Amino acid sequence: MTRVADRQAPPAASLAHLVRDAGLAALVAALLAVPLLGFRLNVSAQGLSLEYRLPWILYAAAAVFAGRLLLSLAARSLWPQVRQRSRGFGARFPSNTNVIVGWVLIGGALVLPWLPFADPRFLSVATLVLIYVMLGWGLNIVVGLAGLLDLGYVAFYAIGAYSFALLSMNFGLSFWICLPLAGILGAFFGILLGFPVLRLRGDYLAIVTLGFGEIIRVILLNWQAVTNGPDGITDIPRPTLFGLSFESPFRGPLHGTGFADFLGVPYSPMQWMFFIYYLILLLALGTTLFAQRMRRLPTGRAWEALREDEIACKSLGMNPVTVKLSAFAIGASFAGLAGCFFAARQGFISPESFTFIESATILAIVVLGGMGSQIGIVLAAMLLVGLPEWFRNLAEYRMIAFGGAMVLIMIWRPGGLLSRRDPTVTLGEGPAESMRPAPAAESPR
Amino acid sequence: MTIDIFLQQLVNGLTLGAFYGLIALGYTMVYGIIGMINFAHGDIYMVGAFISLIGFLLFSALGVASVPVAILLVLVVAMVFTAVYGWAVERIAYRPLRGSQRLAPLISAIGMSIVLQNFVQLTQGARVKPLPPMVQGGYRFTLGTDAHLNVSLLQALIVFLTVALMAGFTYIIRRTPLGRAQRATEQDATMAALLGVNVNRTISITFIIGASLAAVAGLMATLYYGVIDFFIGFVAGIKAFTAAVLGGIGSLPGAMLGGLVIGMIESFWPVYFDLAYRDVAVFGVLVLVLIFRPSGLLGRPEIEKV
Repeated sequence: MTRVADRQAPPAASLAHLVRDAGLAALVAALLAVPLLGFRLNVSAQGLSLEYRLPWILYAAAAVFAGRLLLSLAARSLWPQVRQRSRGFGARFPSNTNVIVGWVLIGGALVLPWLPFADPRFLSVATLVLIYVMLGWGLNIVVGLAGLLDLGYVAFYAIGAYSFALLSMNFGLSFWICLPLAGILGAFFGILLGFPVLRLRGDYLAIVTLGFGEIIRVILLNWQAVTNGPDGITDIPRPTLFGLSFESPFRGPLHGTGFADFLGVPYSPMQWMFFIYYLILLLALGTTLFAQRMRRLPTGRAWEALREDEIACKSLGMNPVTVKLSAFAIGASFAGLAGCFFAARQGFISPESFTFIESATILAIVVLGGMGSQIGIVLAAMLLVGLPEWFRNLAEYRMIAFGGAMVLIMIWRPGGLLSRRDPTVTLGEGPAESMRPAPAAESPR
Repeated sequence: MTIDIFLQQLVNGLTLGAFYGLIALGYTMVYGIIGMINFAHGDIYMVGAFISLIGFLLFSALGVASVPVAILLVLVVAMVFTAVYGWAVERIAYRPLRGSQRLAPLISAIGMSIVLQNFVQLTQGARVKPLPPMVQGGYRFTLGTDAHLNVSLLQALIVFLTVALMAGFTYIIRRTPLGRAQRATEQDATMAALLGVNVNRTISITFIIGASLAAVAGLMATLYYGVIDFFIGFVAGIKAFTAAVLGGIGSLPGAMLGGLVIGMIESFWPVYFDLAYRDVAVFGVLVLVLIFRPSGLLGRPEIEKV
């Protein structure tokens, strides 16, 4: 197709051409800026008034002109080399690079809390990143392996969180009993939703799951008697380690023995931070281990086969609905587990934590990571969750940068940061190569 | 329920339906032509609403006293500037991704939606913007003793404008070379390109038309609800997208029908049930329809060839 040629053509444009191009871009920027940058609506007691900021239109146009010109100049001189390099990017590494990087990352994660710069703030961001890594790995089973587009993943996360909060507040069940229950409840709701809708085509599934996510949120908001509505649930008890409590002894008498007393060391809030960090690390690693093992089992292979060619699978006697249902339910159960952990870590949950933007973030982590790549998901989670959380004080610009990064990364690497979407099993080289469809339809890389 | 409440809700539902249908058209056209969910479309509608509000204030500052003239001027201004936004979003975020994996444009669209929302929040402030009612008055029909039907002038205007736009739009798609190019691109982009259709331009025009229809919806929302904020695009967007899917995505009459169905559900639900669960009802109906008619009300079933 023509677009493939477009992308690969060397940009041999003259300077005049580049200036004209930048001028056009500046014109568009000015047009975009006229209504929303040039005027500002001010709300006051007297009502609505209009503030004129017309110079901003010029600033925007000038910035876009300069930026566009510099970028295309840079692209003109550097583009061929960059293309050349990034094309060979994956092929240069030996095949076991993934395994080595994986073990290095796991080792790094294990020693991370002991490193000198690991203050409470750093550890709490790291814990948050790990929650999203786990969610990403869980959603990857649904989106990456089974190829089902789920835009309401956060619903199962919410179900896990609320099930722990409600079970522990109302029935006094401990975290360790609630954790598997949250997983089971997640899977149950996954089946409940999946059963009627999984026979739908991909994008229809997307809107139905999006709707499901909204339904769960609306119910959490309005079912005052059970969920306490928008105020959420507070004072969720902290999990214990084999009965050893991490509650602060300064807040009141402990239930049972404190962790610090048991070891005979002074109490410190860092013990709790360490504990939840390792807990989520364990949960996340369990998720990826499970997913990796599943890929080698018949069910996991059926997921990938179905993703590649549904008609072929049907004609071989597979039932697409049950295969999809298993992926959907397993993905949902991991979200339930992560939700349970989230509630335990925060000690407070409200429907506000489970909006569509969370689903979008998790999906973006999976897709930006390169679907099916476990390490890519870790990278993407650090980028999309770790960085914005670290720069929380730039609140206003944070979200714009977040959305912009999603667009830019996608344009820069449409297949994801580390793209690996090959089926786990393939036929040997040789005939299988020639049987593949022509690569033109795929991404140009 | 008495007949007057029924008719009243019917009129309200029709108004809402017209409004959702206009946004749904943008979703369904883009889906038909490049097969992607344009997640930023709801936010394009929000941008349209803001441009309309700014337009009203600007024209009143410039001394346009007559309300119909002001509405007409704002309509044109909002359509033009919102169309630029629609075009730019396609050019920046979707065109470079054409032909890559299916989820790439979706993520890029979600990113664009976040950018637009936060851009408007940054430049226009997060507070809700109120506009005093501009179009007042209406018609009152007597249906019997103590039974009246109120149709406000604004409701009549919204329905009339929507019907007029739909008619013009159907004419463009059915009868003009542009519409032909659009339908050809929708069926087979490669073949259309080989036969001399400028595919990129056709897709751009699709986005421009979708955005200007969304701008009209934004103008209507500004007038009808009287308050807007930077977050209105999300809910309106997913409802309109639901409408597009309900009617059969890719089908233009389907989008209008879907919009009507959603509008009717939204207006009749609170009469019988708890208002808070209205959105649950909307999505519930969507699931039910899709179970029994997997390609939507008016969508053609997809035939897969091996």
